[in-house]
Amino acid sequence: MNILTEMIRGWFGPDKMSDQMVLILSAVTLATLMFVVMALCALVFTWMERKVAGFIQSRYGPMRTGRWHGWAQAVADMLKILGKEDIIPAEANRFFFSFAPILVLLGSLLAWAAIPWSPNFVSADLDLGLFYIFAVSSLAIIGILMAGWASNNKWALYGAARGAAQMVSYEIPLALACIPVVMYTGSLNTSDIVIAQQGGVLNWFLFRNPFIFVAFFMYFIASIAETNRGPFDMPETESELVAGYHTEYTGMRFAFFFLSEYANLFLVSLIASMVFLGGWWSPIPGTDFAPALTFIIKGVLMVLLNMWVRWTLPRVRVDQLMYLCWKVMIPVSLTCVVGAGLWMMWRGQA
Amino acid sequence: MTAADLIFYALAALTLVPALWVVGSPNIVHAGFNLLLTLLGVAGLFAWLGADFLAVAQLMVYIGGVLVLVLFTVMMTRVPQAREADSGAKRAILPGLFALGVLVVLLLVATGTHWGAPALTDAQPTTAEIGANFMTSYIFPFEYVSLVLLAALIGAAILIREPRGTEEDDEAGAAVETAEEEVQS
Repeated sequence: MNILTEMIRGWFGPDKMSDQMVLILSAVTLATLMFVVMALCALVFTWMERKVAGFIQSRYGPMRTGRWHGWAQAVADMLKILGKEDIIPAEANRFFFSFAPILVLLGSLLAWAAIPWSPNFVSADLDLGLFYIFAVSSLAIIGILMAGWASNNKWALYGAARGAAQMVSYEIPLALACIPVVMYTGSLNTSDIVIAQQGGVLNWFLFRNPFIFVAFFMYFIASIAETNRGPFDMPETESELVAGYHTEYTGMRFAFFFLSEYANLFLVSLIASMVFLGGWWSPIPGTDFAPALTFIIKGVLMVLLNMWVRWTLPRVRVDQLMYLCWKVMIPVSLTCVVGAGLWMMWRGQA
Repeated sequence: MTAADLIFYALAALTLVPALWVVGSPNIVHAGFNLLLTLLGVAGLFAWLGADFLAVAQLMVYIGGVLVLVLFTVMMTRVPQAREADSGAKRAILPGLFALGVLVVLLLVATGTHWGAPALTDAQPTTAEIGANFMTSYIFPFEYVSLVLLAALIGAAILIREPRGTEEDDEAGAAVETAEEEVQS
């Protein structure tokens, strides 16, 4: 952020712009950059998902578009979706129908601001980082409810109700699983959390405390449910609800939902790598040559794990989903919080 | 008018204009969605006053929790029928008087309070201070509020619980016991 403001100041010549103007310009630049990165991620991950699905189901996946293992398939998909007709159903509520995808996308884009990519690159170095990320993600829930209601379609409404119930429930174990780490760091700032894990793989929070080790798996399961992906893709269940809350959406508006799904997938993976897996620090101390690249590789590996789970496990039922959250994961994550605290006291790490 | 004033008025407008719509809209679902903008405006005002923790907590609690529950309830209603039932002028008298009374009390409090703190100081992170205060000087109210929330949880668990046994005499007592066990476990 500081480097960027200096750059903009240098670009336009010193003393020519007020501080606020520079701040606004750099904020706009960063937001655009994050959006571009987000769109690129969605492109790469759709291709990756198809290849992973193909590999797990013993088939090839896309092979033709762009010669080498169908790498251009995602680009072709994007061009197709851009060219599609934008249809708003006659009985739908026009305003909320078109506003909902923007709200869903806004929820994920805002959260990206607090991701610490490298020691000197965080879009918004907030004191409340982690709390902020979880809070703005809740905007997406409202967006999903809005999409389902405005579509005026019973499947969309069911999908929205399921999606919102699921996301509200799983937000609790997701946040609880991160609390032991916040207890260690003594700060919610995302950069501070990463800095606290300096010094090789044994200093990553995942291996520092057995309760955090358990909390990591709670986080991982909850993050799958939070992104509405299989085996917890209840809002979309194509065999019951057609396509859930985005049944009526086409073209660009559908692309917004699609984009935010993959942006959220990468977001929860990056948070996992930031909170539990040492962020930008490399596993071996003293080899931190490319911090941002290390961070992104960890994130992509988590995404791969997520896809592996999605294409391996069958979908759960709605009641099983709620049972798992309220009667298994919340008690276990609460135990992790208390246990991690006791462990810290016992080992004198506090 | 400085840029700071302009931002304040924009946030105030974001809070108040949708709020009028929330009250006046005949469609109860529209009212719910407009509540989103009002709550966002309040969060923006908190952030503008330098209360970063309050702003984010506002997002988390009111938008992520309360508004989602409100929308859940409201989306299950049938819009046109609810509209006709509520439009009687007679029904407006008592709530109107009540609202007027609340307005008078609020105005009295707002004009009578000595607003000591300056509006916008150099914004400092507030989280650590709030946490320390919760754990030291305000520990009793903090724990008391959590007790109230626990009571609400138990109450909700009792309300939704289906009666299990056929004995009517000790049913209520058993319900309280199981609900408490469920909450505690």
